[in-house]
Amino acid sequence: MSVNRRDFLKIAGMAGSSLLAGAPGRSEAAVAGVEFYGLLIDTTKCIGCRSCEEACNEQNGLPEPEVPFDRESVFETKRDTSPGAYTVLNRFPNEKDPDNPVFVRRQCLHCCQPACASACLTKAMEKTKEGPVIYNKDRCMGCRYCMIACPQDIPKFEYGSAFPYIRKCIFCYDRLKAGERPACVDACPEDATIFGTRRELLEIARTRIYENPDKYVHHIYGEHEVGGSGTMYLSAVPFEQLGFRTDLGTTPYPEHTSGFLYGVPLVFVLWPSILIGLNYLAEDRNKEKNHEEEG
Amino acid sequence: MKRKGNDIERPRKVLQGVRDFVRFIASEMKPKGKIWTPFNVISGTIIAVGIVLIAIRFYMGLGAVTNLSQDYPWGIWIGFDVITGVAFAGGAYVLTFVVHIMKFEKYEPIVRVTVLNGFLAYVFYAGALLLDLGRPWNVVNPIIGNSFGLSSVLFLVAWHFLLYMICEFIEFSPAIAEWLNWEKTRRIVEKMTIGAVIFGITLSTLHQSGLGALFLLAPAKIHPLWYSYYIPVLFFVSSIFAGLSMVIIESTFTHRIFHHRIGNRLRASHDDILLGLAKGCIGALFAYLFLKVIELVHGGHWGLLATPMGYWYLVEIVGFVVLPIFLFGAAIKRRNVRLVQFTSFFTAIGVVLNRLNVSIIAFKWYAPVRYYPSWIEIWVTLAVISMELWVFRWVINRMPVFKEHPAAKEAMDDITPVGEVVRWKASAS
Ligand code: SF4
Ligand code: SF4
Repeated sequence: MSVNRRDFLKIAGMAGSSLLAGAPGRSEAAVAGVEFYGLLIDTTKCIGCRSCEEACNEQNGLPEPEVPFDRESVFETKRDTSPGAYTVLNRFPNEKDPDNPVFVRRQCLHCCQPACASACLTKAMEKTKEGPVIYNKDRCMGCRYCMIACPQDIPKFEYGSAFPYIRKCIFCYDRLKAGERPACVDACPEDATIFGTRRELLEIARTRIYENPDKYVHHIYGEHEVGGSGTMYLSAVPFEQLGFRTDLGTTPYPEHTSGFLYGVPLVFVLWPSILIGLNYLAEDRNKEKNHEEEG
Repeated sequence: MKRKGNDIERPRKVLQGVRDFVRFIASEMKPKGKIWTPFNVISGTIIAVGIVLIAIRFYMGLGAVTNLSQDYPWGIWIGFDVITGVAFAGGAYVLTFVVHIMKFEKYEPIVRVTVLNGFLAYVFYAGALLLDLGRPWNVVNPIIGNSFGLSSVLFLVAWHFLLYMICEFIEFSPAIAEWLNWEKTRRIVEKMTIGAVIFGITLSTLHQSGLGALFLLAPAKIHPLWYSYYIPVLFFVSSIFAGLSMVIIESTFTHRIFHHRIGNRLRASHDDILLGLAKGCIGALFAYLFLKVIELVHGGHWGLLATPMGYWYLVEIVGFVVLPIFLFGAAIKRRNVRLVQFTSFFTAIGVVLNRLNVSIIAFKWYAPVRYYPSWIEIWVTLAVISMELWVFRWVINRMPVFKEHPAAKEAMDDITPVGEVVRWKASAS
């Protein structure tokens, strides 16, 4: 799409929003210079022990897992997160080193400009200033638009319940506010998942790649994907082989709809005036016609 | 002065008034006409079973009755009931534009019934949204709550649904006032009509396109042939011919049944009206086709046309956009009203196809397990449609919906089949 059109709408939109309440706001996450917290997950260090899954389960009071945490058989099928599991570990073959399969944790990436939060009409999904994307369950109306929007398909819905909620990782937000790290970080015996500010983590990630150029693919998943995310990954094999979507682009998702939203105040100002104008013209025309018919 | 007497008289009068009113409403509630007609039996069964199914849905959760999954959070209750239903309700804003703004009086006789249809469509089809919400009691949150998701397109759509329903109610309320014989109220609401129309058209523009804009947030999940930045505009333009073709279909039914009852003027103009609407359809279809071609060129997805999804795309475009343009063209040239009616059906199917494509069929076209609606989802959808028809019939049988103009009060008896029965929606309501 042409940049000009969008820029035009933005300028027009800003003019409009000063006139009208309810004009679209920029995603609060877009505010530059905020130190978001995040996680760096180094898949080369992960040994597949599922300690993170177990810690997450305990922390969030989730139901017993289908396959106990000490059972290896769980890796025979690819699992997805679910209302009962906010993080799951999957095993992928390693083409570089067939004896050492790769284990990858899958959970919410806490995008810098989250699609889920920009989709949510009640602010139940909310990007906090610390970085985590949290879920205010009392506001949610269960429309599941966040699920449509999330590029990673992370929010999960409790279809089996008459009083359902959306479920996903919330970065142990309560622990974070109490000055603690997320439970999964504390549980990881290999430091495969580490905690820090996004800036620090990016530095660590880059350093690791520079120091071991042959070991890692030269890409940090989550640095730029859909505008960047709080949780980022390092890997030894290309990310598309690990079940990551690599076709998402770098545009933050809220920008896909901001053009439309900026156009809204415009229509609100222009349409009524145009309609009233047309109405005058039409009345004139009818009057003239009647006149002619009479005359 | 008689002031004192009035004070005592007043409450009694008011009481009497209320009593009369209640009695009137009660008498109007009673069914008119035969009860055991095939239409009633079938639709009644659908509704009765539907209500049971809806109860189960609220008791056991969505998973118990729908095929929705973590991969497909939206099924036909959203894709068909809400998104397609609202497109078809577009006839109301198009016709109010033509009649109240552009002052084409030719279409005046069908405005009321169209607005009624639009209003009921919003009440029932947008209302069907409540069935689909996991926590429907929280639907008030974005309206009253402290939690305005201002960056959400859905927030906009929700508000516009609500406001637009109010607008349509105002537009229709003169008919209600006439039915109740509230002359003063009628004069007041009549004056509000033009404001409601202007506001309503603005709202419609925004939420018809807004329904499309919802899907802008899923660029990686919708097949590239259907995903584009044009979706909002495409939804808006297609709501014009969706609405118009629905008006033609609807008037085909009601008019056929009323044909011998309707006043000469309306009878004479009916064919003219339909042909005029067909012209409107052609215009909108052309604009739509044009946008679709630009979008295809712009997106550069020519290669994808030679894939199974591409063939499906061509079916939608060639079969249900290009072909209707030709058919409507031929119909107008030969003044063939039947062909206009047939083509409207055709066009409407195309709109259904398009909305389902965007929201369900082309959505996660790559998913290993696809979504198909469960029989319960389909049944409940049919129940919602049946309920709407019942209410529609109830209103038609009681209120002066087919009246042309408030000034033409005398002519009304000639035109309005008050208390008469629409046979297909007919018999009892
Ligand atoms: S990964 Fe999905 S759920 Fe998590 S913040 Fe990003 S958009 Fe939201
Ligand atoms: S399901 Fe809940 S959290 Fe998700 S978009 Fe709807 S209201 Fe927001």
